[in-house]
Amino acid sequence: MKHEVLEKNVGLMMAFILVAVSFGGMVQIFPLLFEGELSKPIETLKPLTAVQLEGRDIYIREGCAVCHTQMVRPLQHETARYGHYSVAGEDAYEHPFLWGSKRTGPDLARVGGRYSDAWHVAHLMNPRSVVPVSNMPAYPWLFENELDGEDTAAKMKTLRILGVPYTDADVEGAQAAVQGTTEAQALIAYLQSLGQDMKGFGGAR
Amino acid sequence: MSSAWSWFVIVGTLGSLIVFAVLLFANRRTSGGEDTGHDYDGIKELDNPLPMWWVGMFVLTIVYAIGYLVWYPGLGNVQGTAGWTSLGQWQAEVDRHDERFAPIYARLAAMSPEELASDRVAQQVGRRLFLNHCSTCHGVTAQGGFGFPNLTDGEWIWDSGFDKVKHAVLNGRNGIMPPWGAALGDQGVADVTQYTLSLAGREHDAEAAQRGQAQYNTLCVACHGADGSGNPLLGAPNLTNDIWLYGGSADEIAFTIKNGRNGNMPSFADVLDEQKAHILAGYVTSLSQ
Repeated sequence: MKHEVLEKNVGLMMAFILVAVSFGGMVQIFPLLFEGELSKPIETLKPLTAVQLEGRDIYIREGCAVCHTQMVRPLQHETARYGHYSVAGEDAYEHPFLWGSKRTGPDLARVGGRYSDAWHVAHLMNPRSVVPVSNMPAYPWLFENELDGEDTAAKMKTLRILGVPYTDADVEGAQAAVQGTTEAQALIAYLQSLGQDMKGFGGAR
Repeated sequence: MSSAWSWFVIVGTLGSLIVFAVLLFANRRTSGGEDTGHDYDGIKELDNPLPMWWVGMFVLTIVYAIGYLVWYPGLGNVQGTAGWTSLGQWQAEVDRHDERFAPIYARLAAMSPEELASDRVAQQVGRRLFLNHCSTCHGVTAQGGFGFPNLTDGEWIWDSGFDKVKHAVLNGRNGIMPPWGAALGDQGVADVTQYTLSLAGREHDAEAAQRGQAQYNTLCVACHGADGSGNPLLGAPNLTNDIWLYGGSADEIAFTIKNGRNGNMPSFADVLDEQKAHILAGYVTSLSQ
């Protein structure tokens, strides 16, 4: 084919550019996408409970992932501080994942159980009350807003389509479990769940 | 990775490199400055060869890519001659760290509590561990806060001593006071509050305190003791001194009696090993001496 044909035909040029630039992507993404080895859950992985799931949505709504990552990299100073490095299988039920990319605050992938519920209450109400040098905003409204849990069952059903193994009992009991909890309680329940499934994880993947 | 996908990656990667090289060399020959006929406002495009420095750089990147793919794992399941893995790099980092610091930790962990309190390095390491792991709740000055005990005042809810502190670090603590509002009623809560104030020798309503004493002796005595001196085995605080973990005003005491408290210190066994807990306990114990 002559250059001229390509150069004078925008549509054809675009098609060829697409093919050219997609090679790198195809080589990197396709095997991971279709093989599924990396989206196989670790053995100890459990789906979030109804309350934790609502807490996760508050985590997303309040933009926590903007300042907090959930990704312990395989570096000595990170595993010493946070615990086991993150593995692909622990995020198998994450839709979407909340790895984040900016660390204004500490990584939260292993924060579950690290502090007491009372600490989280004090910290969300006013971070400076427990960490004087903290530059995290306060989230007092989370203690006023109550959840009605109306959408929780629907969220669980959607996640089930994506492969999260929620049982019918989970879905049916979702609204009752969530109803009446404050947003702060839900968020704390979610935070306390982070990294818990990795306790006792022995593999290296 | 299954071998089919491995080959997909190998063919895709090497195929791209080959296509790049072929494209580069296929376009090497030109007509040698002939007019292409493209003319923009009098500026003409001539058919000249690519500049050699540019071609050279392109060839270098291809050579670099081949070297990289030989050295590092890039082609499917091919491991690369360097044997590099992300995990291996992490392990090497950890080993380097341990080689440097393990002897220091081992030396400090063999010290007695008295030695830890007087050794300069032990104090520095202990302080660093405290700031990283404990200060989020107990504060950078270790003086605690509402619901988080002060570690410098010599008052220990779970009993004093190096071993107790070390146990708390490794196993956590959970001090639970049940809510008594339902059993006592509002009047009962007010009465027991007055009696609690009297135990601490503070200003109180003597009549109400007397009524409260009867309630105290049925409900509270099991944990806090008849004289209110507490029980370190249960983590029941001493009520006769002027230290109030959840606030010492009459209102705050009444709130605690009515709603109960759940003081929970998590275990740090996941993050701190036995040696670090030892050094840390030495530092924390020394704060109140």
